Amino acid sequence: MKKIVFLLAIAFAAIGCSNDDDGNNIPVTAAVSFNFTQNWGVTEITPSNYTSGVYENAAGNYVSIDRLRYLISRVELHKADGTTVSFDGYQLIDLADAGSLSFNPSESVATGDYTGISFVYGFNEEDNVNGAYPDLNAADWNWPTMLGGGYHFMQMDGNFDDSNGTSQPYNFHNGTARVSEGVFEQNFISFDFDQNFTISGDVTIEIAMDISEWYKNPLTWDLNDRSVNLMMNYLAQKDMQRNGATVFSIGAITQ
Amino acid sequence: MKLFRVFFGILAMSLFIACSSSDPDPADPNEDYIPTPKPLTVPPIFDRLLPPPIVPADNPQTVEGVALGRKLFFDPILSGDGTQACASCHQPANSFTDTDRFSIGIDGLEGTRNSMPIFNTAWNTKNKFFWDGRASSLEAQALEPVTNPIEMHNTWQNAVSSLQSDAEYPELFNKAFGTGNITKELTAKAIAQFERTLISANSPFDKYLLGEGSLTPQELNGFQIFMDESRGDCFHCHGNENSPLWTDNIFHNNGLDAIITDKGLGNVTGDPNHDGLFKSPSLRNLAYTAPYMHDGRFATLDEVINHYSEGLVYSRTIDPLMKAVSRGGVHLTESDKADLKAFLLSLSDPSFISNPDFQDPN
Ligand code: HEC
Ligand code: HEC
Repeated sequence: MKKIVFLLAIAFAAIGCSNDDDGNNIPVTAAVSFNFTQNWGVTEITPSNYTSGVYENAAGNYVSIDRLRYLISRVELHKADGTTVSFDGYQLIDLADAGSLSFNPSESVATGDYTGISFVYGFNEEDNVNGAYPDLNAADWNWPTMLGGGYHFMQMDGNFDDSNGTSQPYNFHNGTARVSEGVFEQNFISFDFDQNFTISGDVTIEIAMDISEWYKNPLTWDLNDRSVNLMMNYLAQKDMQRNGATVFSIGAITQ
Repeated sequence: MKLFRVFFGILAMSLFIACSSSDPDPADPNEDYIPTPKPLTVPPIFDRLLPPPIVPADNPQTVEGVALGRKLFFDPILSGDGTQACASCHQPANSFTDTDRFSIGIDGLEGTRNSMPIFNTAWNTKNKFFWDGRASSLEAQALEPVTNPIEMHNTWQNAVSSLQSDAEYPELFNKAFGTGNITKELTAKAIAQFERTLISANSPFDKYLLGEGSLTPQELNGFQIFMDESRGDCFHCHGNENSPLWTDNIFHNNGLDAIITDKGLGNVTGDPNHDGLFKSPSLRNLAYTAPYMHDGRFATLDEVINHYSEGLVYSRTIDPLMKAVSRGGVHLTESDKADLKAFLLSLSDPSFISNPDFQDPN
């Protein structure tokens, strides 16, 4: 008997509450997810095709990609009322793992008008603490302590045809810059995009990386000159940071 | 939305009706039996730096499960002719691998892969086992050797009936899982529980990291070479002081062959870009695990180091991190090689191979 009463209660509850959000009322909060996409100019680069293409960079090098992983942290949305929503956590995007292309913060956000999106490529100095993140440690994502420690910001590895037409490897790895023995310089990039949009329901925000920009703007990067052993090369690290400033943009906002 | 709620209501009703007819049967004494939980002991260095160990929700660690798994692991009863145990090819003294290049199965047949050491498997966050990653859990892995014709060459039906008619096993399964009705799945679960207890984190290098021991200048210099992108550059695949598994647990072609004969990961995924890729082995316990590589081609660590230093060979899928392949490698000096070797050996853990909990209980 008790069971039947309980059963009816459940059934009633399930059916009974169906009128709550049936109208066109806008919910008070919404879930946000960030979708990381990659492209080389107009060519989309996805987990299913990234190892099969050959792309020409600004210096005329023909480049293929074997591995692309990068780290994004401190994602924030800026509201029209001047307040900021900060999401905990960080995302290691790895093209070998399609699931890693989406960052789904546990916090929901208020619906309404927004004016901007910001994030950090890599970790800022406060966050870039040696060994602090178990999942990144297990992924072997650390940046050597002798180069300032913390974590890689990006690993892009592959091959290019050198000036003799011979295939050569490149390791385009970015992280803290080592000035000299024991002296290090931060190397992250803060992105802050003005973008007016309204959140009226669960929303997906695309953050796009144009890989070709790493080689293009402002500095034309010729892999014949710099392809490997770049981690301890201060100038190479700072040039990556300079070129990195134009690689990201906000893509589609869908809800 | 409304439809979903109605559906949920109906679902709730039917669940309720369904379970009112399956009240526990008091005649079965094991229905509520719970074996003694025994969570894994996380070593301090892992506790500090790594995520918690991965234990599947449907196979929790228990005292009775681990004891059963240990007995099974060392018992030749699982093999076709009762002569070979898991431990025949996975011996404690060798950090749970063996000393052969290719292990030999019960019919005297040789495989084409080197046996793998077994430790720290609960921290394999990618959950890919075997050199080519073809098993997606330890439980799935344990099913394979028993029926593999070049290994234990048995059928599970036969193995289970040997266990079922044994004097001790039905009671041990009962204690571990609340049923004396033996299945291959339960057998694999018990073995996997034992394997997860095989934790190694007490090498001289671990003690150094914990501030409980020191390293020689040679070992420390070897570590610098390991971490130096322009010399060893081993850390991109084999861990570092903050990634103390000493493997990334993913797959690479480290330049062994110009012509790929064993496709490795490529056989599993069917992607030609994966041909010749194998799982990076952990560099822990190398002192006990010779010979090296998926086919055991190198008998000594010196040969391994010479491979990376001057023996690299190009093939289409070679990892770009093998950047000096056009010169055969980075050409380490003899003293750098010696120091690198000394460092590698500081990752070996003698207390692991002598741990009394890991020896043959039979
Ligand atoms: C005849 C020798 C032999 C026997 C017997 C044997 N193995 Fe293995 N084991 C191997 C070889 C060889 C490999 C690597 C095979 C491959 O990658 O294709 C391996 C791989 C493994 C691995 C993968 C480790 C990793 O990190 O990916 C585990 C776990 C394992 N064996 C457990 C067992 C268990 C459990 C048994 C008993 C049920 C067993 N083995 C019996 C030879 C053997
Ligand atoms: C690109 C990733 C990568 C790099 C960099 C790398 N390795 Fe490896 N290593 C592997 C892979 C993959 C294997 C297994 C290859 C196989 O068996 O086909 C391996 C195997 C080994 C083994 C054999 C272990 C065993 O149990 O069989 C040792 C030892 C080793 N590497 C040491 C080193 C050292 C020392 C360096 C630096 C000089 C280094 N590795 C650099 C990926 C790498």
